[in-house]
Amino acid sequence: MISLLLILIPLLSGAAAFFLKQGNSARSWALASSFATVIVSLLGLTVLNKADLLQFKCDWLPGLGSSFSIRLDGMGQLLCLLTAISFPLIFITTWQRQYKNAHNFFALMLLSQAGLMGVFLAMDALLFYFFWELALIPVYFLCSIWGAERRIQATFKFFIYTFIGSLLMLVGLIYLQSQTPDRSFDIDSFYAIVLKGRTQHWLFWLMFVAFAIKIPVFPFHSWQPDTYEQSPTAVTMVLSGIMVKMGLFAILRWLLPVLPSASYAYGEKMIAMWAIAGMIYASLLAWRQDDLKRLIAYSSIAHLGLMVVAIFSESEIGIQGVMVQMFNHGINIIGLWVIVEILERKYGTRKLSELGGLAQKAPVMAMLFVIVVLANIALPLTNAFVGEFMMFTGIFTSPISEYEMITVPAAGFTIILGAIYMLRMVQKVIYGNTNALTETGTDIGLNEKLVLGTIVILIIVAGVYPQPFLDLTKDTTNLILNEANINPLTTK
Amino acid sequence: MNALIISAIMGVVMMFSGVLLRQRSAVLAVALSGLFVSIVLNIMEMYGFHLFKVNLNGMMHFDRFSLFFNTVAMGCTFIFLLLSAKEMEKVGLNYADYFALIFFILSGIILSSSFSSLLILFLGIEIISIPLYILTGSDKKNLKSNEASLKYFLLGAFSTGLMLMGITLIYGHSGSFAIDLVTTPETKPGILLIAGLLLLMFSMAFKVSAAPFHFWTPDVYDGAPTVFTSFMATIVKAAVFIAFIRLFYHAFGDIHETWKYLVAVITALTLFIGNITAVFQQSVKRMLAYSSIAQAGFMLMAILALNSVASEGILLYTTAYCLSTIGLFAILVKMKDYTFEGFNGFAKHQPLLAATAVIFLLSLAGIPLTAGFLAKFYMINAVITRGGFLWLVIFAVLMAAVSVYYYFRVIQAMYFKDGDAQLIEVSPAFKWAISLVAALVILLGVYPQLLFSWYYF
Repeated sequence: MISLLLILIPLLSGAAAFFLKQGNSARSWALASSFATVIVSLLGLTVLNKADLLQFKCDWLPGLGSSFSIRLDGMGQLLCLLTAISFPLIFITTWQRQYKNAHNFFALMLLSQAGLMGVFLAMDALLFYFFWELALIPVYFLCSIWGAERRIQATFKFFIYTFIGSLLMLVGLIYLQSQTPDRSFDIDSFYAIVLKGRTQHWLFWLMFVAFAIKIPVFPFHSWQPDTYEQSPTAVTMVLSGIMVKMGLFAILRWLLPVLPSASYAYGEKMIAMWAIAGMIYASLLAWRQDDLKRLIAYSSIAHLGLMVVAIFSESEIGIQGVMVQMFNHGINIIGLWVIVEILERKYGTRKLSELGGLAQKAPVMAMLFVIVVLANIALPLTNAFVGEFMMFTGIFTSPISEYEMITVPAAGFTIILGAIYMLRMVQKVIYGNTNALTETGTDIGLNEKLVLGTIVILIIVAGVYPQPFLDLTKDTTNLILNEANINPLTTK
Repeated sequence: MNALIISAIMGVVMMFSGVLLRQRSAVLAVALSGLFVSIVLNIMEMYGFHLFKVNLNGMMHFDRFSLFFNTVAMGCTFIFLLLSAKEMEKVGLNYADYFALIFFILSGIILSSSFSSLLILFLGIEIISIPLYILTGSDKKNLKSNEASLKYFLLGAFSTGLMLMGITLIYGHSGSFAIDLVTTPETKPGILLIAGLLLLMFSMAFKVSAAPFHFWTPDVYDGAPTVFTSFMATIVKAAVFIAFIRLFYHAFGDIHETWKYLVAVITALTLFIGNITAVFQQSVKRMLAYSSIAQAGFMLMAILALNSVASEGILLYTTAYCLSTIGLFAILVKMKDYTFEGFNGFAKHQPLLAATAVIFLLSLAGIPLTAGFLAKFYMINAVITRGGFLWLVIFAVLMAAVSVYYYFRVIQAMYFKDGDAQLIEVSPAFKWAISLVAALVILLGVYPQLLFSWYYF
């Protein structure tokens, strides 16, 4: 019931929002709905955390072997919590923004939240595919209608990219279904599939391309900076905070356990190398960016690259680290976007070269900004440190990695690069002298303090006391590794 | 059988109604009620009620598949008339005659979806084609319409010739017109059978506008009055597909091995030409003509797969395709300017119509939650269940991604670009009807059991 509510609340309130004619009431409605989702999600984590409440199953397409089957497991809990928390933060941050046809904007936002929830909850491959697309369509409209100047081309590129990926994945899923013993799309049937080597290999690529585009893993990343830049910031937050996690999540749930030997064959030797190359490349590009949105976009490629490497290390601590880091990265990057949104609204620019000296004008913002940035470069006591530490340990101690002496130093190098470009950003934005533009700057208002304060609290709490996250993800990790490890261990 | 007789009678009735009834709304009412009666009678036949006892001598067989499709075809025609009958008035003076022709086409559709003899197939296809030649040329003052009609007639006659020749050769092989007797699992395909099969395949490919027999399609669809393009690109094409799959399932299913590669090549070629050419179109009407070729490519996958998933799939596909395309044409026909630019800013002026158009376009592009997605899903599933041809499946989905390009151009024009899209007056009833069609498209995409519960009555 809890899991069903997590989808239904945003879905129904989103559909209803189309009919609210006034922008302001739609905004309040969306905020209320997103708070309700947070409450349900928290209840599911605590008081109502009972197996029969967390799952829901009913007939849907019996002829096709598909059922409407959703369940909250540990990984799902974490990502649903992230999805639930993000939306109120996004709505409050962008409270002052005036959108034309605001009711449509908020309706589409809520619909995309429903899609995201569904992706994280689905325990049926076809249902998963449905939600995967449902999350994409509203975002396409959001970016194309409310985005910046070059929005139409940028979003279209994004859409075509991800759509090609999705379709290939669909072929993969249908093929997999034809190989299950009971011709069913259920996740347990998928986990029961045993496939010969060659079949696994091409299936792996069909599915992986879809996920790689979504994450994005180098060389499938070229849609990302443009899209982040052209989207309205609220949507960029959804995209980078939550949506990219869909790709990682899908690898963990639908790829690694289902096609273990192909994941082993390509994971570390090929994809991890791509990810590393992408991390270095993106970090260097981030260093040279002048536009804040593009800078953060590239930094996101670098951070996610590390998670991809850690996934394919297939070690318990590494994968747990990825799950924890998915949550943390979502929180941190939303924190950065909040800052971007504030700067853009106040000063009308996102260019580093046009900003400066805000530490004097807006001390509270500067302080919170620095904490978010430090979290992004994974300083100890912040949440990202926990995740990155676990991932590095995982890569090092992995039972299967052979190239950890390459991947770890290279990844470590990008962490240093990360510190460079992030601190450069801090320096250019808040230090130095004020200029004509920032001269009149004021500090942030209450709602922004509230948002950034929440984010900072989450950062520090998760950084100091990550144990609940680890307890939460333990079972899922073990399940994934149990399914995945059969073949790699025998092949090694 | 019920529906066949009723629609043939209705054809004659409609011819006279033009003389007897002064008011056009009365003509429409007669047509709609006649169609409604034949739908109801057809549904009753599904449950075993026969209005007439006719000895068909094994020439026709009304099975679940054909009865179900007849319901779909007539249902879609009903929706088509509801949405577009007003536009038919503008085509020419012979308002009632158009209804008569449509009823004749419907009886042709019923013949060609229920045949079990090659002769009936021929009759059915011809009864469909000849009224279509007339409808294509019905805009008598328009040169393009005349050209389209002539072109269609000449090429159509040629393909009919091919079909007759094929039937003759098959008769020479099996000594019978019954499709079930053409091959058995032990048949060793001889030269007569192969030649007959190829000729039949090519003529059917011509009728469903599969590449490389598609050249007539864009010109004819473009030249014909838009209302009738809507009818022939959807219901008629679906019916011919049903005939195609029925023919190959019964007559040539046992020698699937010998022709499957050829069908796979035709499928790939159709997908490629349809989608790639559609990308370069400037007019939405012409784009839809090419899109109908592209969609035919997907439907051909059912003929390649030829299993139970495929027959369920083709029913869903034709339904989804007909509903979406009829809806889209119903909006297009009200536009003043058929180019993509003509749609600029449409969403601002007509939010409801734009939203429904988006649903139809998403369905054609095969986006989940619409009927079009599940239809494509069934086709892919059918081929994968049959085994082999993975290259074709992957090629097909890549082509589906190409199709997003041209379908979304319309969405982009309507929603993201500023402009002043001009529209002929639309009535509230039209808005209601088209919203219902859009709701149906979504409903079938979420819960196709709705359709199949009828199929497995």
